[in-house]
Amino acid sequence: MSTGHSARAPRLSGAFRDGIRDAIGVPAAVLAAGMIGFGAFALEHGFSVWLALACTLGIWALPGQIVLLEMHASGAPGPFTVLAVMLTSARFLPMAMTLMPVVRHPRYSRLAVYAGAQVIAMTGWAWAMRACREMPEEERFPYFAGFGGACWAAGIAATALGYYLAEGFPQTVRLGFVFLAPVYFFVILIGDARTALAIAALACGAVAGPIMHFVSPQWSVLLAGLVGGTIAYLIQKPYAARHGRGVS
Amino acid sequence: MGAASPDPWLLVLACVAATYAWRGLGVLLSGRIRAESELFNWVACVAYAMIAGLIARVIVMPTGLLAETLLAERAAACALALLAFYASRRNLFVGVITGMLILIALRETRTAFASLV
Repeated sequence: MSTGHSARAPRLSGAFRDGIRDAIGVPAAVLAAGMIGFGAFALEHGFSVWLALACTLGIWALPGQIVLLEMHASGAPGPFTVLAVMLTSARFLPMAMTLMPVVRHPRYSRLAVYAGAQVIAMTGWAWAMRACREMPEEERFPYFAGFGGACWAAGIAATALGYYLAEGFPQTVRLGFVFLAPVYFFVILIGDARTALAIAALACGAVAGPIMHFVSPQWSVLLAGLVGGTIAYLIQKPYAARHGRGVS
Repeated sequence: MGAASPDPWLLVLACVAATYAWRGLGVLLSGRIRAESELFNWVACVAYAMIAGLIARVIVMPTGLLAETLLAERAAACALALLAFYASRRNLFVGVITGMLILIALRETRTAFASLV
C-alpha cells in the first residue's frame, strides 16, 4: 500500500488506519468471542492449535469452521465435508459481488483486490457497505482492508486464546468455553432472524438437525441443511414473493 | 472414526480453497451479473438450516465435555444468554458470556449438591 503523501493521494494510509480503528471495539470483540469459542471447540474436537489457526486464517468463516470440525469428528468422508463447508460459505459470492463495485478503484492492483477478498466476512461486509458510501472512492478500499484485516487479525489471535484458555482451565470451566460456540450461534441466529427466509430456515434446520443425527451422525449436518433448507425454501417462497426478497 | 477419515491438514486446505473460491469468484463476477437470484435464496436456506441443525444437535444431544451437563442446564443457559443479549441492547458479547457463566454455575451447583447428599 502506498503511504499517500503525494498530492494526488488523499490520505490513503489514513483511511486504512480509520478502518482499523473502527474495527477495534464492538466488531472485533464480537468476532473474538466467536473465535475464542472456535478455539475451545477445536481443542475439544482433537485439532492441534496449528490446525485451528489454519482454519481461521484460511477459511475465515465461523459457520464453515464449525461444520468442518463436527463433520471431521463424526467421520464424514472428506469430499462431503468440503461440500458442506462450501454450502455454508456460498454467501461470500453475493457479498463479494455487491461489495466490490463499492470499494474497488482503478488505483488498486488486481492482486491487492483479490488479496483483500480474503478478509470479506459478514461483519466487515455489512459495515463497509454502510460506511464506505460516504467516503471518497479512493479511500474505500484501504478503509475496508483496514477494517477487515483488523477483524481477521483479532479472530486469529482469539482462536489461539480460546484454545489455550480451554486447555489451561479445569474441566468445569473448560466446558463453559466449549459451550461458547454453540451459544454464540444460538443467540446470533435467533437475534438476527428478521426475514421470512431466515426464520423458516432456522426452524426447519433446528428440527432436521437432531432428527438426521438419528438417521446418520456422519451425514446429519449435510442432510439437515439440504432437507431442512429445501423445505424452508419452499415454505418461504410464496411469502417472500408477496413481501419482497429476504436474504439477510 | 472410519478408515475413510481424511487427513485433517488436507481437509482444512481443501476447505480453505473451497471458501476462497466464492470470494474470488465474487470479485471476478462483480458488476457483470446480478447478485440476486432464486438459487442464492435456496443456498442461503441450506446454509442457515445446516448451521441451525448442527447447533440444535450440539445443544440437545452433545458429545464429549458438554454431555456432562443436563439438557435443562443447557436450555436455561441458552435462554438466559438470549435474554441478556436483548437486555444489553443486542450486545452479542454480553449474551454469550452470560450463557457460558450460567452453564458453569448451574453445573457447579448441581455437583456441589450431589456431593452433599
